[in-house]
Amino acid sequence: MKSASRLEKVLEKGEFAVTSECGPPRGADAEVIRKKGELLRDVVDAVNVTDNQTSVVRMSSAASCFILKGMGLDPVLQMVTRDRNRIAIQSDILGAAAVGVNNILCLSGDHQVFGDHPKAKNVYDMDSIQLIHSVKTMRDEGKFIEGEEIKPPPKLFIGAACNPFADPFEIRVPRLAKKAAAGVDFIQTQCIYNLDKFEEWMKGVRDRGLHEKVYILAGVTPMKSVGMAKYMKNMVPGMDVPDEIIERLKGVDKEKRAEEGIKICIETIQRLREIEGVSGVHIMAIEWEEKVEEIVKGAGLYPRPQV
Amino acid sequence: MIVGERKPMEEIEAMIDPFEKIIVLGCRECVTVCSAGGEKEVGILSAALRLSREQKGRTIEIKEFALERQCDHEYIEQIRSMVPNYQAVLSMACGAGVQFVAEFYPEIPVLPAINTNFIGVTEEQGYWTERCQACGNCVLHLTGGICPVSRCSKSLLNGPCGGSSDGKCEVNKEIVCGWQLIIERLKSLGQLERYEEYIPIKDWSTSRDGGPRKVVREDLRL
Repeated sequence: MKSASRLEKVLEKGEFAVTSECGPPRGADAEVIRKKGELLRDVVDAVNVTDNQTSVVRMSSAASCFILKGMGLDPVLQMVTRDRNRIAIQSDILGAAAVGVNNILCLSGDHQVFGDHPKAKNVYDMDSIQLIHSVKTMRDEGKFIEGEEIKPPPKLFIGAACNPFADPFEIRVPRLAKKAAAGVDFIQTQCIYNLDKFEEWMKGVRDRGLHEKVYILAGVTPMKSVGMAKYMKNMVPGMDVPDEIIERLKGVDKEKRAEEGIKICIETIQRLREIEGVSGVHIMAIEWEEKVEEIVKGAGLYPRPQV
Repeated sequence: MIVGERKPMEEIEAMIDPFEKIIVLGCRECVTVCSAGGEKEVGILSAALRLSREQKGRTIEIKEFALERQCDHEYIEQIRSMVPNYQAVLSMACGAGVQFVAEFYPEIPVLPAINTNFIGVTEEQGYWTERCQACGNCVLHLTGGICPVSRCSKSLLNGPCGGSSDGKCEVNKEIVCGWQLIIERLKSLGQLERYEEYIPIKDWSTSRDGGPRKVVREDLRL
């Protein structure tokens, strides 16, 4: 084992893993995190904590992870390279490991133009692949980026994101190969609605044996409404929402659309489980954490394995 | 070249409001090529400033002049006898030119009439785009001749990010994804396999992060 991560143990055992996420609040109230944590307790194996997602200022991922850890959950520290240089990043990694965080997700982060502080300066001292490489060097070689010794090194299970639907499509598998070579242990993908395209990507992944090098957790997000589906399709960069999804939601009464969204999500998970090389699912129920339990149970993934 | 564009008139007018006698000083280098601060623009700006003063019922005396370069001693020397007769110099050069003129005439305010935007190229008449951020450590040989530092909105050395869509950047659809260009170029060079070469974390100390920079060539020094 590379870390004390529960997620790593579940995956190593060959169980189909389930992760979800918790978006921190735009305020200083720890209770918000505790409530979301309670909704996810025993329902998933690990909980990602987003890092100022969409470049909107929120409670720090590290502090939120600390709160979840205190509740006995296994948090995944999301870390974007937008806001911190290598000094701050390595410092935060040491701090997170010191308080018992076992997982990190290495991301470049949304550009600040999307957020509530579009006039901010960005950092991008490194990119997500360089971050993977840096965390691996810290963990396995016990060295900082400049080569100085770390005593003791942070033992983190290293994750990254992959978007099988972004352009150009032809480098989407090579890009995963690049992340694997840099030392990533697990991948959480962008939300999957276009299963055919995802299967095409997975075939490319299997052809290169990448599914044997990294655990791939397929990302899903339940749709709450037609409006949300249209927003995801048209406004979120790199998101592939086929028209059939929108049509299916439109096909039921307005008050039943959220329920239909959950149903689609569960069916998607069931189909994803059949795909060779998919090791788990990552359920991103955006500000809808209370529905994760229903989805996990509906997909037959409950109870979670004891490890 | 260095690309710049003139500041809004209101900002320039506010800047020169205290003065009745100024030099509007153009530069015949980059800012002439990008039509921001050459001899022609000196004439246009001076005329506009005179007119606006007139409308306010005040007068202004403007000396129009353009130097070969504002970033070289020998040219700045040409205005030495002229400068003390004026209250301010309104420079239409890039930020380097404005500062270099100011260093020569410490007792006279030297004001910027243009915003210095970037090091770039003329793509079409009246259309300039950025190509270089002067990071001091060129990687163009690794990325198919297209610069990830200046052309990727996140300066990713191992891009693209997940926000690349239809060849466009997530920041806005007017921006071409720099990594899309790199990949296309690698393909046309028959070098797409180079995409998988990991580019290590960059040494930014040669960029502005290392503090104000200088280049010293001992072989050329007098």
